[in-house]
Amino acid sequence: MSPPEASATNGAALLEVDGLTKHFVVRRGALGWSTGLVRAVDAISFSVARGTTLGLVGESGCGKTTTSKLILGLERPTAGAIRFEGRNVHALGRAAEREYRRSVQAVFQDPYASLDPRMRVGSIVAEPLVINTNLDAAARRRRVAELLDVVGLPERAATLYPHEFSGGQRQRIAIARALALSPKLIVLDEPVSALDVSIRAQVLNLLTDLQKRLGVTYLFIAHDLAAVAHMSRTIAVMYLGRIVELGDADAVALSPKHPYTRALFAAAMPVELDTPREPITLSGEVPSPLAPPAGCRFHPRCPLALDRCAVEDPAPRIHEGRLVACHLY
Amino acid sequence: MRELRTHLVTRWGTVRAVDGVSFALGEAETLGLVGESGSGKSMTCLSIVRLVPRPAARIVGGEVRVDGEDLLTKSEREMQRVRGRKVAMILQDPMSSLNPVFSVGMQICEPLGLYHGLRGGAAVSRAAELLRSVRIPSPETRLRAFPHQLSGGMRQRVVGAMAIAGPPRLLIADEPTTSLDLTIQAQYLALLKDLQSQHRFAMIFVTHNLGIVAHTCDRVAVMYAGRIVETGPVRRLFRTPAHPYTRALLGSIPRFGARRDTLTAIAGQPPDLATLPPGCAFAPRCPDVMPRCRAEAPPERAIDGEHTTRCWLHVPA
Repeated sequence: MSPPEASATNGAALLEVDGLTKHFVVRRGALGWSTGLVRAVDAISFSVARGTTLGLVGESGCGKTTTSKLILGLERPTAGAIRFEGRNVHALGRAAEREYRRSVQAVFQDPYASLDPRMRVGSIVAEPLVINTNLDAAARRRRVAELLDVVGLPERAATLYPHEFSGGQRQRIAIARALALSPKLIVLDEPVSALDVSIRAQVLNLLTDLQKRLGVTYLFIAHDLAAVAHMSRTIAVMYLGRIVELGDADAVALSPKHPYTRALFAAAMPVELDTPREPITLSGEVPSPLAPPAGCRFHPRCPLALDRCAVEDPAPRIHEGRLVACHLY
Repeated sequence: MRELRTHLVTRWGTVRAVDGVSFALGEAETLGLVGESGSGKSMTCLSIVRLVPRPAARIVGGEVRVDGEDLLTKSEREMQRVRGRKVAMILQDPMSSLNPVFSVGMQICEPLGLYHGLRGGAAVSRAAELLRSVRIPSPETRLRAFPHQLSGGMRQRVVGAMAIAGPPRLLIADEPTTSLDLTIQAQYLALLKDLQSQHRFAMIFVTHNLGIVAHTCDRVAVMYAGRIVETGPVRRLFRTPAHPYTRALLGSIPRFGARRDTLTAIAGQPPDLATLPPGCAFAPRCPDVMPRCRAEAPPERAIDGEHTTRCWLHVPA
């Protein structure tokens, strides 16, 4: 099984995910008997080309965060493979796995929680260098000054504490730390949703600019669909652990095909007043991943469900240059 | 037409969190109150129901009229009869409005007893009816549930059910959908609009999401550093924004299909209310700043009917 080529992969893929699956066993009671299985991520496949951005969207519980944890190496997959520069990450030896972790960094949502309040900014940004390199103190200081400059902070920021900065500036510090080891891939998990509206554009522009200058690849996870569409070349839409639609960002955003993607983008409320919007409002809520519905996992909420949707799980198929997992296509 | 006119000046220490805010709102009309954190939108709402955090915050002037009655001159006892009846509120986090140790039914029945004199079976059946009106399936069973047993969207519906028990003349919704998922948010907004056309209450919708304003509000007021810098009918304000802050805000938002390499970012940081510059508060970040802006605060000027702004660019010299 090879990962789908629906994404616009011109160059070699930096990251390939093939049939990636993560199940969590739910244990209850003193004896820890297993009482259920959460299929948080269920056989998803995608690839990200070097120097591009893959946007991952979906509602809470759809498996976005588990996917990012698997890629960051914070969780081990139940099945499937993650290939980085063509090599299976989990078949590597210890040393190579360390090397992989160095190449993959993350920026999280809340810059108030992700920065240690008792450390100076200089030490925060230098920490990955202390752990992973044998640069001496002077070389580390030079690198920190360079990194702060790259993210648009003054050099004297290194001597201050995180509380002396605003939210947008803190997110710049977190980005500087992520860049310290010159990673090839950065996982951006809701990088702007905790920031004020007027500051978001600054940070998004910085990320775009860094990608152009450094050629870094992003996995961009966010609720804000317009921001994802703006940042990404490819968008993957997840629902209950599955990818339901995957394709070119503009195509997915402007003419979504899967009924879930259509409803999601219809709910996004763009600031344009005259954009025709599909009047789809979904009823019901996302079912528990403990007991996902049979057949297509979306069928109980789908306004266009057919009889076969309740029994037969749709396989992803290529339709108009993208992958859609739906019986309608 | 019943009119609500608000004009209030609170002082938070020496900080003017709400600095001379006025607006009028008609029956069944929705006003979107937009601004960043610290712009004074939540303080404005709390001032209306006189729940500003005391003793730090004080309402120092102005008037809040609902159906012609000034709420600021009422006694605390009278206010308690206004809150939850005439004026209801929905807050961002439903968990902070619900008591975790009481069942949903008890919490809905309590105000029904206090304000409507409903007891026992009558209160329970009214509570079930309210839950049904916010489209909660099998309401009789849900009455026995505790808040933690419900999903976020469901909890926010319960809060909505309590809010419309009055039914209120004015509903203040302070970021009611920020903690909800997109498709659940769309459901909830549709529900609020339905309830509004049923009960014809006026609604103040506080949000930082301009998309929601574009699709759910009739009029919009943009707040910056405690002042309304621009207000007008939604269509007119979104088509022809007059204030540089509104223009910058609309320009900084990514849009579908209009792919640009860089977004128009707003320079600088949101203002610190304790150290506001003299003159216009937006002047340090404004792309069109003039010497006058730094010296003197601009007055409110009408551009076109109901569309007004506070900016020297729109004051004829």
